[in-house]
Amino acid sequence: MTPTLGRILFASLFAILGGLLFWAFTVALLEGPPERLAVIAADAIPLSGVSNPVTSVLLNFRAYDTLLEMAVLLAALLGIWAAGPASPGFERAGIVFASLTDWLVPLLILAAGYLLWVGGHAPGGAFQAGALLAAAGVVLRLSGQADAGLPRGVWLRALAVAGLAAFVLVGLGLLVIGQGFLTYPLAHAKWLILSIETAATLAIGATLAAAYVGGRVGDEGSA
Amino acid sequence: MTMDLTLFDLLLVVSLIAMAVFCLFSADIQRAVILFIVFGLLMALAWARLRAPDVALAEAAIGAGLSGAMLLAAARRSMEGQRRRTDLRVDREEGPR
Repeated sequence: MTPTLGRILFASLFAILGGLLFWAFTVALLEGPPERLAVIAADAIPLSGVSNPVTSVLLNFRAYDTLLEMAVLLAALLGIWAAGPASPGFERAGIVFASLTDWLVPLLILAAGYLLWVGGHAPGGAFQAGALLAAAGVVLRLSGQADAGLPRGVWLRALAVAGLAAFVLVGLGLLVIGQGFLTYPLAHAKWLILSIETAATLAIGATLAAAYVGGRVGDEGSA
Repeated sequence: MTMDLTLFDLLLVVSLIAMAVFCLFSADIQRAVILFIVFGLLMALAWARLRAPDVALAEAAIGAGLSGAMLLAAARRSMEGQRRRTDLRVDREEGPR
């Protein structure tokens, strides 16, 4: 196939795709607002154990999706670890950056705890809090700590699976006492959600920081 | 007030699209990543304007911050790998002489 023919083929494919998208968009506009799940979800918020609508959907109504997201994160980390040892760390920070790190890392951890707690009734939650924890790890690694402040060996592996494990354990526990998988009884919903979110925050923070390191640190074999 | 906000929204949309285009067509990878981070921060602003503070927080922290840091690290790694490969090739070409 000549390059021009390939280019024409590509262009026509993209034109078809664009046309399809535009058609779907106009149809959606002409149809008007359809029946929305948001109304049903908003009515059920008092039954979810938390008052923030986003958290109630993520951790209660669609808890399955969040469980699978944790599994995706874990799979990504396993892939990164399988790709080989970490690149060498950065050189030790100078005095200005080192003292900035001393201030920034505790503040980031504090902010992560706040976001985790506030997620029950205002914008916040496990993913944002975990991202802040991971940011603390990134700052630590940039300032010269090769392991980004992560624990080593078994502890790191335990942290990486903590979120998924909490989800599955809570789900199975609920099955044992006769509820559905991840169908929280209203009286305990808040604390079950908070404990899952706490474990998920730690797991997300550890996973993202370990992904930034980009390989296994501190395990047998690699320095 | 609403007039100002409409103007702000228009500016936001235009700069978002401009950032996306610059990012996609940038020849320098490091520059593209930095443009991507700027795009993420503007996107967080857009989410905040759409009254989705949760998404805005996640976009700023994960989309702009962590993805940006990881992409920068990946760009650095790939550039190092390329340099090593070219060094190897130079060694091989000069070797037999």
